[in-house]
Amino acid sequence: MSERALTGLSWLPRAPDDFFAQCEALERSTGPAGRTVRALASTALDENRLNRLAKVVAALRAAPDALRPLTPFSLGIVSNATTHFLVPALVATAARHGLALECIEGGFDQALQDACDPGSPINRARPDAVLIALDHRGLPLRAAPGDEQAEEASVTAAVAHVDAVRRGLAANCGATCIVQTLARPVEPLFGSFDAVLPGTVRRLVEGFNRRIAERVRGSADLLLDTAVVAESAGLAEWHDPTLWNIGKIAFANACLPLYAEAACRLIAALRGKSRRCLVLDLDDTLWGGVIGDDGLAGIVLGQGDPTGEAFLQVQRAALALRERGIALAVCSKNEDEIARAPFRNCPEMLLREDHFSVFCANWEDKATNLRTIAKALSVGLESLVLLDNNPVERGLVRSLLPEVAVPELPDDPALYPRTLLSAGYFEAIAFSTEDRGRADAYRDNARREVLKEAATSVEEYLRSLKTVVDFRPFDADGRARIAQLIAKSNQFNLTTRRYAEAEIARMESDSTRFTLQVRLADALGDAGMICVVICVQEGEDWRIDTWLMSCRVLGRKVEEAVLDELVRNARERGVRRLIGTYLPTERNRLVEDLYGRLGFALLERKDNGTAHWALAVNAYTARDLPLSVSRSGNPAGRPSPAPDRHP
Amino acid sequence: MEDAILARLTEIFREVFGERSLSLSRETTASDIKGWDSLAHITLMLSVQRAFRVRLSAAETSQLKDVGTLADLLGSKQRRS
Repeated sequence: MSERALTGLSWLPRAPDDFFAQCEALERSTGPAGRTVRALASTALDENRLNRLAKVVAALRAAPDALRPLTPFSLGIVSNATTHFLVPALVATAARHGLALECIEGGFDQALQDACDPGSPINRARPDAVLIALDHRGLPLRAAPGDEQAEEASVTAAVAHVDAVRRGLAANCGATCIVQTLARPVEPLFGSFDAVLPGTVRRLVEGFNRRIAERVRGSADLLLDTAVVAESAGLAEWHDPTLWNIGKIAFANACLPLYAEAACRLIAALRGKSRRCLVLDLDDTLWGGVIGDDGLAGIVLGQGDPTGEAFLQVQRAALALRERGIALAVCSKNEDEIARAPFRNCPEMLLREDHFSVFCANWEDKATNLRTIAKALSVGLESLVLLDNNPVERGLVRSLLPEVAVPELPDDPALYPRTLLSAGYFEAIAFSTEDRGRADAYRDNARREVLKEAATSVEEYLRSLKTVVDFRPFDADGRARIAQLIAKSNQFNLTTRRYAEAEIARMESDSTRFTLQVRLADALGDAGMICVVICVQEGEDWRIDTWLMSCRVLGRKVEEAVLDELVRNARERGVRRLIGTYLPTERNRLVEDLYGRLGFALLERKDNGTAHWALAVNAYTARDLPLSVSRSGNPAGRPSPAPDRHP
Repeated sequence: MEDAILARLTEIFREVFGERSLSLSRETTASDIKGWDSLAHITLMLSVQRAFRVRLSAAETSQLKDVGTLADLLGSKQRRS
């Protein structure tokens, strides 16, 4: 199931084995069948099943009320290609979105006549909307490689043609127009140069798409971004020259389900049927592992671990949705206190408690909790989407609350965001200042862009990033990530000593060791734990046993900040010298001269490259660094120093 | 081999024409099946190509006389691949 591509509508559950039998039963049924039709439509239907379900809808339409509670919607279709195959795909897909769709087809390649003749079937039907499904091969887009003026004239003519169709429809039937962008053809003429040279087909299509989007913005009409649908499917799969030759069929029928889905989402959004709240499960959905069993230190989340990063991306996707006005809620089988702990105490978490409108962690079944959430938000169940990794819970909610959208999820959490976002539950046709007002990070992003422009030197840019480096001694929360960094850091690693998690645990309370776990956050986001240091007390010296750092924060003056912190602590404890060792490996040449750069004096360098360095603590002066420091940990028996700020 | 192709074709025809009781023989032609017009023929050919993982040209799909010639074409394509 996880292998299904977007063209197979991978977020939808598979169609039932008895799909065709259910269709026959529906046709024989009496009374409102809209709910059953919608449930059947809410599975991953291929072209043949879409066709079959469309026949059911057509049969039921004959009887009044048979399609209740689906919302009636009429759609005209004008085109310069064959639209025959679009109609059943659209009709069946619309039921998935709660619509009883009726289509009125225009004549083949008669878009302008259909629009401008008040007596055309489409204008007489006065549909709610008209889909202007034009193909690039039928537009006046003439390739003229190398001719910039011809490119401009060609794009202008094609856009004018679309404008004429829109004007005609507006005057004669007043319908909302849905204009579509053009899928870029696959075949290159020059190669990559097609993108550079004026007048190529590629540039004509791109120019047309850009202009059409500008035309639609600020009008009452809508844009169907067919170009992106085609790219998601894969352009080589989308374009089928045989079909074009046989019957002027604009794209491969295998892409019909995805195209119809994109079109019907727009129509549903126009009817206010887009969803409004993302409800999130917690364990193995927002982080790896089970918080109740594994505890804070055992859950997998954060930078540096591929699974941890995957879950961060899920959180990032949820935050991005929140920032465009989608409410977030939690629905988890957990003890409330335990479920809240990661949001409060886990520094890697992007989501915080105050991001959620409703937090439902208890042992009730999820259907009951989803009802509670809908009620608390004053929205219907059809406004909810549940993201849950557990197929059992998904099945339960789908059967008890078919109104709630529950995407199928692949096994790999790295694909959760794509699956959720490709499902298009939150399709929007506008973005208001009110939406933006809810979006804190949106504002921060804009600020960051301004800062980037203002930065005139590396130092200034670094300052503009508002980097905060956080120091704390080893503790149980950080243990797993410390162990992971110690196990896998190779490049910025002075000694490449590996320690098992149990040894690391013992260091937490070993008074002969001074340890640091270092996290970094900045205006661009949270990089998580990026550095680990272990010092061993030897007489009046500290021997730096381990110093490693994630290479992604190189060049940010983090090394300097770490040394400042070491010296500061060494002074407090009456330590006189820091002794640094470099043990060469195949991969750590990067830090061969780190201690020299930082002002240590060379004590000894052996033939094999091993070097020992020393730094007199009293002679050291702290640097002016483009970052600030925080110290959130408070080790047992030591006073917590007030945070000091570098200027 | 041929029986297997005919059985698979029967499944595909049933899906395309939404007719669960539809049956096929090598002699079945378009005039024997309700709804087998030129547009349904396109859907049919696409479904067949997907199921058998072969590609048929416009010339090949337009020269078919009956289900038997379709089965033979698919058989020869499969042997070649």
